[in-house]
Amino acid sequence: MQSEVMFAGFGGQGILLSGKILAQTAMDQGFEVAWVPSYGPEMRGGTAYCTVVISDEPIGSPIIKNPAHLVAMNRPSLEKFAGIVKPKGVILINASLIPIRSGRDDIDELIVQTTEIASEIGNIRAANIVALASFIARSRIVDFDIFRECVKKEFSKKPKLIPLNMKAVDKGKLAANFDV
Amino acid sequence: MGKTFLKPNSLSDNHTHYCPGCKEAAHGRAPAMATGIKRVRPDLNVFTYQGDGDLASIGMSEIIHSANRGEKFTTIFVNNAVYGMTGGQMAPTTMPNQKTTTSPFGRDVKDVGMPIKMANLLAALQTPGYIERTTVLKPKYIVKAKKAIKKAFIYQMEKKCFSFVEVVSTCPTNWGMTPQDSIKWAEDTLLPYYELGVFKDTPKMEEKNAK
Amino acid sequence: MAKVLMKGNEAIGEAAIRAGCLNYFAYPITPQSEVAEYLAKRMPEVGGMFLQGESEVAVGYMLFGASACGERVFTTSSSPGISLMSEAISYIAAAQCPVVFVNIMRGGPGLGGILPSQADYSQSVKGGGHGDYKLLVMAPASVQEAVEMVTEAFVLAEKYRNPVMILGDGLIGQMMEPVEFPEKVAAKPSDKSEWATTGMDTRKSDKRNLVKTLFLDPEELNRHNLMLKEKYKKMEAEEVRYSTYNTDGDYKAVIASYGTMSRVCKTAIDMLKKEGIEVCMIRPQTLFPFPEVAIRKAVEKKSCKLAISIEMNMGQMVEDIQRSVSGIVPVKWYGKCGGEIPTPEETAEAVKKYLNNEE
Ligand SMILES: Cc1ncc(C[n+]2csc(CCOP(=O)(O)OP(=O)(O)O)c2C)c(N)n1
Ligand SMILES: [Mg+2]
Repeated sequence: MQSEVMFAGFGGQGILLSGKILAQTAMDQGFEVAWVPSYGPEMRGGTAYCTVVISDEPIGSPIIKNPAHLVAMNRPSLEKFAGIVKPKGVILINASLIPIRSGRDDIDELIVQTTEIASEIGNIRAANIVALASFIARSRIVDFDIFRECVKKEFSKKPKLIPLNMKAVDKGKLAANFDV
Repeated sequence: MGKTFLKPNSLSDNHTHYCPGCKEAAHGRAPAMATGIKRVRPDLNVFTYQGDGDLASIGMSEIIHSANRGEKFTTIFVNNAVYGMTGGQMAPTTMPNQKTTTSPFGRDVKDVGMPIKMANLLAALQTPGYIERTTVLKPKYIVKAKKAIKKAFIYQMEKKCFSFVEVVSTCPTNWGMTPQDSIKWAEDTLLPYYELGVFKDTPKMEEKNAK
Repeated sequence: MAKVLMKGNEAIGEAAIRAGCLNYFAYPITPQSEVAEYLAKRMPEVGGMFLQGESEVAVGYMLFGASACGERVFTTSSSPGISLMSEAISYIAAAQCPVVFVNIMRGGPGLGGILPSQADYSQSVKGGGHGDYKLLVMAPASVQEAVEMVTEAFVLAEKYRNPVMILGDGLIGQMMEPVEFPEKVAAKPSDKSEWATTGMDTRKSDKRNLVKTLFLDPEELNRHNLMLKEKYKKMEAEEVRYSTYNTDGDYKAVIASYGTMSRVCKTAIDMLKKEGIEVCMIRPQTLFPFPEVAIRKAVEKKSCKLAISIEMNMGQMVEDIQRSVSGIVPVKWYGKCGGEIPTPEETAEAVKKYLNNEE
């Protein structure tokens, strides 16, 4: 079985990091993974996106035309990529910045106010972790506890940020359950 | 309310994507390409627009020889003390102890020497006629920079000399600073080292002597 | 060693250190600047040396100088940078210095783009610089394989006293994948006393070594070139590497593809299989020496109607495949060259079209 998640948003929203943490989690869980970024000057300020491919077999093409899921952190990303997600996938919409919806009825739309939640717990920069936690809780693409450990590991060099990000993980999970 | 700013007539509405390091000519080779253009079409106004990595590193040879031949084009040299386009690597103009992605512990001058002052270096040559270092950090500097650039082009149009204007600039993204902080850092750190002013103005001197 | 999730560019830097290469010269260029950024931090930790040269031209000769002293040395760059190093590469090959080059290719010609491409196949395999020389060229298809090839590159470079080129596309450099670094590292340095210019105090005998590329006597130059030719022949006999995919059944076509593109082809082959269309793949892991015999054997199967070169360029490998199949089947090409990697769907479609035309 292979699954793919696309993360998209503005440069600086922590898009690449979210993808990396998901990839790390999947790897720790024993899956094959590939993390494929967009790169180049457009990353500074423009749109950034990355795709994470997770599989229980060696991964063939890391180039994905139709990802299984999408985490859209800004409006242009949702508009650009909502149409390519495979049916039954999860599309997470960062409602703090996106006033519209995916317009699809064959997918599972998950609406999360990531900025508001992140600012409630003390730092809007944790919005990407809120989104990622929500997405993982809803899609169950990887084990949530392993994911929690991975977030801790990611911030191990900046231990001050761990409590904040743990809160982001928990609040994100909660948000996934509220929005049914 | 009256209009306070108009787009100059010389600018078209074309959308441009600027890569100072490498637009049109290969990285660092713009002065050679400009030489080629100017030699076959001396009637055209030609300028090169080059970054510090471009001009002071890979293109050092081309700029020195073009200047030394007195090629009658204009070089605008944007010095932001870093390789911007490629994501913040060390440049020959990077300041001592300045951290960049390829000098993560700060520029070690014992290992790679002091930053190169291009305007000073070119002014040591006899041939080039007009060399000035300016900056655009604040409006008061911008007025001077504008004058310098205008003069550089006038000298070119009068077929007088090679003209060179260095422009000390910021690079907030790659310095990891807010735009305000980067202006302050540039004023405090770059300007004392890269002193502003006219390093050479041979046409003006000749005019004076003639009188 | 446990698996770690790493970007290709960083893994390449780490692999070189583990292969015992503590000398690195480079110049920034997208999409491989992360190697220099990684090694700028890492080399001081292991007592190694990194210097950012003023240009790729200079870097080329820094490598030549360091290698002529018998030290292990390598560089990484991308297409336009490799073009600038090509002069030095010719000298390094002529002087038989074991330098390892990594080219994380971007689109060309000219400034091209910065996205993945395989447009430097011919440059690496056929020449690039002047004169009769060959590089041993390896093409990784994953971050793990890039690590393994870097490790092996130093061994092969010293075995043959020849520069080795690792030809990766932008995706190999930019992608993160799990990697496991080899347990046993750092091949023992080979004995270089016979040729390297190591200075008086370390010299074992009175024999003076001279690293040179100038042979004004025509007979001597001819002998030198013949000797190089023998070396390349030996590589062709001993160092061909490739892998195969789906070669068991009665396939209708043989795909030849390398690097990232070969992974897309693998997925395309799986898709075609679901539709009942059998296609196989030979994936060259060395581009020189080229897996000529393997490709020839593959197309000799009765069911096979076609060979298709699938690359992210305009068909630079086609000639090598034509030479391999020597007219047994026609050789086609599919690919893109703007930085966009063809999807498995597009690739499968292209293969189907060619097969339909054959029928
Ligand atoms: C031969 C070659 N090597 C490397 C590059 C990559 N490159 C593009 S622009 C650039 C330098 C950017 O720095 P600078 O000239 O200071 O301009 P800035 O972006 O800072 O304005 C480099 C190294 C290239 N295009 N060609
Ligand atoms: Mg610069």
